[in-house]
Amino acid sequence: MLPNERFPKLPYALLALGVLCLLAGSYLGLFVAPPEHFMGQVQRIMYVHVPTAWNDMLAFTFAFFSAVIFLFKSDFKWDARMEAAIEVGILFAFLLCCQGAIWAKPTWGVWWDWDPRLTTTAVLLFAFAGILALRRFVDDPVKRGVWSAVATIIAYVDVPIVYFSVRWWNSLHQVQSSPSTVSSQFYLPLRLNAFGVLFLMTAFIMLRARIASRRLASELVPPPADLAGELA
Amino acid sequence: MITALRKEFLLQWRTRAQAVAVFVFGATALLLFSFAIGPNAAALRQHAAGFLWLGLLLSSTLTLSETFHAEMENRALEGLLLLPVSPRALYYGKAVANALQLILLGIALVPVMVVLYDAGTTRIPMLLVVIALGAAGISAPGTLYSAMTSQARAKQTLLPLLLFPLIVPVLLASVKATSLIILGDPMGQAQAWISLLLAFNGIYWSLCGLLFDRVVED
Repeated sequence: MLPNERFPKLPYALLALGVLCLLAGSYLGLFVAPPEHFMGQVQRIMYVHVPTAWNDMLAFTFAFFSAVIFLFKSDFKWDARMEAAIEVGILFAFLLCCQGAIWAKPTWGVWWDWDPRLTTTAVLLFAFAGILALRRFVDDPVKRGVWSAVATIIAYVDVPIVYFSVRWWNSLHQVQSSPSTVSSQFYLPLRLNAFGVLFLMTAFIMLRARIASRRLASELVPPPADLAGELA
Repeated sequence: MITALRKEFLLQWRTRAQAVAVFVFGATALLLFSFAIGPNAAALRQHAAGFLWLGLLLSSTLTLSETFHAEMENRALEGLLLLPVSPRALYYGKAVANALQLILLGIALVPVMVVLYDAGTTRIPMLLVVIALGAAGISAPGTLYSAMTSQARAKQTLLPLLLFPLIVPVLLASVKATSLIILGDPMGQAQAWISLLLAFNGIYWSLCGLLFDRVVED
């Protein structure tokens, strides 16, 4: 049996749950919660931006652990999960950069700023995009798995170093928001959206890992006998 | 490891035309960067450190991508791995050789920078330390990635694609430290950047050595 298919309906249930949470959270965030005192309506982007940021870190952390487990156990289930988590992580990192730019323009007056978190996200985006490119250019599944796992570990270890070096270099970003630092009216939509994005991300990773392991299975299966006969 | 290092030096000495070509490439890059700014002496001096490190970084992809070139012919890598030595020795031999080659290249590019950008300094020992640490920081992951990409398709594209985002901290710290050395460092900040370089080197020289076994094994 292919891995990851014990609960074939689970990702779809998570998708539905995630969409529901996001709808409810965004409704509360857009219409119920009051505008923030200093930033006004612009601040409402926090309800998607902060959950995306949390879950992006989670996706890359999951990719890192999948890479470590794959190197120790050589189980291709973890290779598929790593590929899925990297891809979803890249998607979220890209969304983060877009949301950050949308928020930065009215607040700081520029689309892009060399703030540590923004820069680290951009560096992450390119570092992991490079790993996906590496996977495309290696045909042997074993080498592809091991090399991309090694590259994932190396890139993940780099994240805190990039963060601190850019922080020394230049800083402007807001202090991180968490439910304990924001007032209770902002608290519920933030948390609902965080779970919504979490469910969506989990579902995406599961579905993407399923595609990856099916593709891998088709690579490992030898061509059908009649085709092999024709070739010979 | 010493034997592996000697082998690398011998190879590099026999292909010294390559090293000269890489130097010319780096110097050309430095010349081209000045066209991006225009003939403004103050601005050029201001950005000299950044140009020096970008030139060195671009040249490094040329030297790094050649690292495993010899091993790819006649399946020499498999032969080396059959020897009763740890692959780790092979890695450290290659990485040290790469680092030394980059250090020499960096030292050779400094006079070009001084002439083109009027960015001289008397703090030569400090500058040497920064060049050594920066070059070592590029070589440690660079050698490991080169081992992968030399066996993949599209190797010329893949190596910079993987390496450049990773060494953002090295680039930042080296540029900052170098420019503090050139333009003056009233607050003594260069020390902090040098310790960042030390930390990066410590982490990646050990981590890449650990992971290299898995990259070359079959």
